[in-house]
Amino acid sequence: MSLEKPGEYPYTRGISADPGVWTMGQYGGFGTPAETNERFKMLLNQGLTGFSVALDLPTQLGLDSDDPLSRGEVGRVGVAIDSLADIEILMDGIPLEKISQVRTTANSIGYIWAAMFIALAEQRGVDPNKFGMFIQNDVLKEYIARGTQIFPAEAGLKLSVDVIEHIATKIPKWVSLAMSGYHIREAGSTAVQEVAFTFANAREYLDQAISRGVSVDFVAPTLFTFLSSNIDFLPEIAKFRAARRVWARLMREKYDAKDPASEKLRIFAFTAGSSLTAQQSMNNVVRTSIEMMAAALGGIQTMHVSAFDEALGVPTQDAATLALRTQQVVAFETGVLDSPDPLAGSFELEAMTDILESEIWSLLDNIEKRGGALECINNGYFVNEISENSYKLTQAIESGIKKVVGVNVFQSESAPFKPFEINPASESEQVASLKAVRAKRDNKAVTEALNNLLAVAKAGENVVPATVEAIKAYATVGEIVEQLRQVYGNWKPTKIF
Amino acid sequence: MSETSHSTPIRVVVAKPGLDGHDRGAKVVARALRDAGFEVIYTGLHQSPEQIIATAIQEDVQAIGLSILSGAHMTIFTRIMKLLHENKAESIVVFGGGIIPEADKIALKEIGVGEIFTPGTPTVEIISWLKNAVVA
Repeated sequence: MSLEKPGEYPYTRGISADPGVWTMGQYGGFGTPAETNERFKMLLNQGLTGFSVALDLPTQLGLDSDDPLSRGEVGRVGVAIDSLADIEILMDGIPLEKISQVRTTANSIGYIWAAMFIALAEQRGVDPNKFGMFIQNDVLKEYIARGTQIFPAEAGLKLSVDVIEHIATKIPKWVSLAMSGYHIREAGSTAVQEVAFTFANAREYLDQAISRGVSVDFVAPTLFTFLSSNIDFLPEIAKFRAARRVWARLMREKYDAKDPASEKLRIFAFTAGSSLTAQQSMNNVVRTSIEMMAAALGGIQTMHVSAFDEALGVPTQDAATLALRTQQVVAFETGVLDSPDPLAGSFELEAMTDILESEIWSLLDNIEKRGGALECINNGYFVNEISENSYKLTQAIESGIKKVVGVNVFQSESAPFKPFEINPASESEQVASLKAVRAKRDNKAVTEALNNLLAVAKAGENVVPATVEAIKAYATVGEIVEQLRQVYGNWKPTKIF
Repeated sequence: MSETSHSTPIRVVVAKPGLDGHDRGAKVVARALRDAGFEVIYTGLHQSPEQIIATAIQEDVQAIGLSILSGAHMTIFTRIMKLLHENKAESIVVFGGGIIPEADKIALKEIGVGEIFTPGTPTVEIISWLKNAVVA
């Protein structure tokens, strides 16, 4: 049995001896900024200590709400953000300095999101280091699993590193990158692939930031990892422990990090959406409770619990509230937080942790031999590996080897369910408000700021400061991305399956 | 059923219309159809309805499978059915899958979508439905 204590290198048993309650964050956002603002105020009143802004797909893909490609997608999977005017509405009446953590799914547009909140903070006279901003900004996993890539992968990587560099050197309170394995797992990977592909991506960001002269000890402490908490209870606890150990050793041995903060892997756990079923959807409450218990026992820092009706549509208000209540019951009633890493020493768990660690290392080595993550993205290696495993998982369920209650065993008729309905007028309201912004702003200042952004991008410099200026002039997300498209070109879809 | 009805494989386009990037389901269905003897063309992500129809006509397929989980299904499926009609290609069978509420499923069938398969549907069910739908 290991003699390692919680809070000690390599942090298998947690990054702190006295971790306290994790940050409870629920993913949310839909429709117009005003509708989302109301929902956020309600969630904050219910006792949330951090929250997240889900962005709609046009925003994530750098398209304005009136772009023909945005039709039918505006305000669907998140809130539509076209310009700073929308952020002003979104955050109306919410004091920035009272928020511990605002998370967001900006990846391909990480630099635009950072610029939005830098501009808002400036407007309100608040130091950006006085509030927490958590930008996902992990564009590489978009090419592998999540699908909101805009430019070729090299350009995407460059822009993500611009954000990392800017935050590491100017706003160290912010999280500059959530190294995301969640989406890789959701796409059908194994737990080992989830962690190894994620850390391989992380190495691309780190290497590029370091090559720009930023020290690893400036960058690594601003990072989080975002992992799935899936239904396999013990292996998932072991995964969180193994991931911390691999990260700590990677930082110390391969990157020569000196600051212990660089070695301490902060984890954001998210219960696995793909484990939820449309059949007998109330069973999902049980699934997510077990998944979040695994995360709690695995010693994570931030948690999201999925709503039980997620496989049926955008979560209803009641289901979103129940998900938060689930977190509160586990955190405050069960005693799970009484001692860190309470399962340490369990023969099975320690063995699993060791095996996962060694498998993650050997996959990381394999990726390095193949030329690194960027190469494995461009040649399809990651995507193919995930597809293989995802197909195997499907076959295991269809053949009955893997049992899923309500799907391939113990089926019954589900009660009719009334899903959440998006206000159908949201899209036209958003388009109207975008047009109003364009009519009201100083268009000469916009053109000037956009031309400057183009020049900065062409010169290969960090685009964040120029983007802040464009945002302050009320340039739209679509206009900013269009400028950069002239420099970087478009990503081309892969047709392999 | 005679042997001849299966002598030429059924050609099908599996497409990801709109901006949704969740392609796990689409790829699993594409592979399952291929394993079942279909000739499958997968479009990749971010396809406009116009691009999908162009691919379907160019590839001379008998069916189009659409996967969408972003909630934009009503707008996008409606546009695809309209384009099929405009291109006089109504003989192409259209089916779909994703996070699609029951009420929308009914509405989509009314505009001519053959079937909607929601999460948890076994791939064998999709295969057997498609074989019948195309033969008919």
